[in-house]
Amino acid sequence: MSTAPRIYKGHPGPGVKVTGEALVASDNFSARYDLDLVKGIVSRPAHKLAGQSYVGKILILNIAKGGVASAWMLRDMVQSGRTPRALILNFANPIMAQGAAFADLPLIDRFDIDITQAIRSGETVTVDPQAGTLTVGR
Amino acid sequence: MKLDDHQKAMLAGAEGPARQYAMEQILKVGRFFDAEDCVPISQVHLMADPEALGPSGVDFLEGLARLPLAERRVRVPAITDPRGVDFNAYKRLGQTDAMADLERRATAAFEALGFMMTNTCINYQSVIPPVLGEHIAFGDTGSSIYANSVLGARTNFEGGPSALAAALTGCTPRYGYHLDRHRRGQTHFEVTSRPRDLAEWGALGGLVGRAMRSYWEVPVLSGISGPVTSDEIKQFGAALGSFGSTPFFHMIGITPEAPDLKAVFDGPVPAATTLGRAEIDRLMASYRPKDDKLDVVVFAAPQLSLFEMQTLAGHLDGRHIHKDVALLVTTSPDIKAAADRMGFTASIEGAGGMVLSGVCFYQMYARDIGEANGWKRLMSNSAKLVNILGGYGYEPILDSMSACIESAVAGRIVGAAS
Repeated sequence: MSTAPRIYKGHPGPGVKVTGEALVASDNFSARYDLDLVKGIVSRPAHKLAGQSYVGKILILNIAKGGVASAWMLRDMVQSGRTPRALILNFANPIMAQGAAFADLPLIDRFDIDITQAIRSGETVTVDPQAGTLTVGR
Repeated sequence: MKLDDHQKAMLAGAEGPARQYAMEQILKVGRFFDAEDCVPISQVHLMADPEALGPSGVDFLEGLARLPLAERRVRVPAITDPRGVDFNAYKRLGQTDAMADLERRATAAFEALGFMMTNTCINYQSVIPPVLGEHIAFGDTGSSIYANSVLGARTNFEGGPSALAAALTGCTPRYGYHLDRHRRGQTHFEVTSRPRDLAEWGALGGLVGRAMRSYWEVPVLSGISGPVTSDEIKQFGAALGSFGSTPFFHMIGITPEAPDLKAVFDGPVPAATTLGRAEIDRLMASYRPKDDKLDVVVFAAPQLSLFEMQTLAGHLDGRHIHKDVALLVTTSPDIKAAADRMGFTASIEGAGGMVLSGVCFYQMYARDIGEANGWKRLMSNSAKLVNILGGYGYEPILDSMSACIESAVAGRIVGAAS
């Protein structure tokens, strides 16, 4: 059954166009404090995605939180292959933007709605960072 | 984004691939934040421990370090945040030779680029504090928030790749906290009970940080009377930057851009959220364990100042830390040398503690050394540290320096939080 695609517009960011399965929570995000980079899972016990793999997913979270290390870590994540396919936030901070720029990891933020409420885990999402759009469905 | 002729030349590669990378990084970040142009900066503080860098980050740095001298040297004074390995202690801590090797390679690369290896996150106390209105590129949440808020300098959180770009070009994109309009107060907190020690200053910072909704939200604290010490406001800011995401705060009557409430808010002063004894106690209590078991006590995050080293040495002089508990202290190489000279290190190590130089606990493979030593229950007076380590497999406890020390001596958690 096909439905009309839903398109969400945010601020353009670094990286190239990708498509993947969404992994969504209303929690915040820090690569250093929240993730086990070796196992490729969310490791902070209080995080709603604790224990889940983010590898290959379109990771959709609320805001970027403390931890300047993320600026380096995103590139190492991308090069190791244990990486989300794209990072979508309501609000990135400079660290995430700098890290995504360095890693060429697709990043979009600043939507006119709460993006963590608009998309459900498991939905297929196309991320176009140059246009700053997320498209759900075809 | 407007670039001048020199910046355009660097972007085109006229001064080699290092400065070309730097301008590309500046442009990508500047466009993301709609920066109009670049702002010249006077100093750089770079966060790049080996755990954060990873092997791919070290490979990248070594690639830059192999370039001809003229193409690779930094253009402004550039210093480093804590490293991941103290070569005098890494084997005792259970760190591996692979970690030490990565550290050696990263350090050699930074030296080749012209970085001064200060290896400290308290550069605003121990190296060169910036001054009011000075544009800088600082790369540690704690050093950034202190420089911005307490000293009135201007920086964003410049993560390693961007701090490196700033060092190689002498400029950074002009957005965020470089601009007057982002330095206005937004959210008002009234502090009704002054924190009693450094741990509580950190707890207060944690409370404000947790309430922050984004990087751009500037908290304003009123109600704190009388002077605040550098170490108190350091703990407050470090926790605020760790629990939250903001690199800037106003403290009325204390920080230089906040003489009074009217000066920091555009329009009417918003109603305040009250933060007092009950809120501080609740945050401290949220780290209270079910039993009194204790594995390790850590004083770090930020590294200890000379004054904190003196206080700690005074507490530990002539005492003996329990054989089942480790006690670690991290400070900068410069403060370590002073502490050696003044006898503080001898007092701490005489009691059985370890003073680590040029590292900070959470930046030195904390997860791995916890597993190597069987450390789970960790006690600290740093709210920043306990906040971070929850994600690293520890059960952290936040309490005062004296409670931490009494517990280390007793071999179990004692004091206010037991």
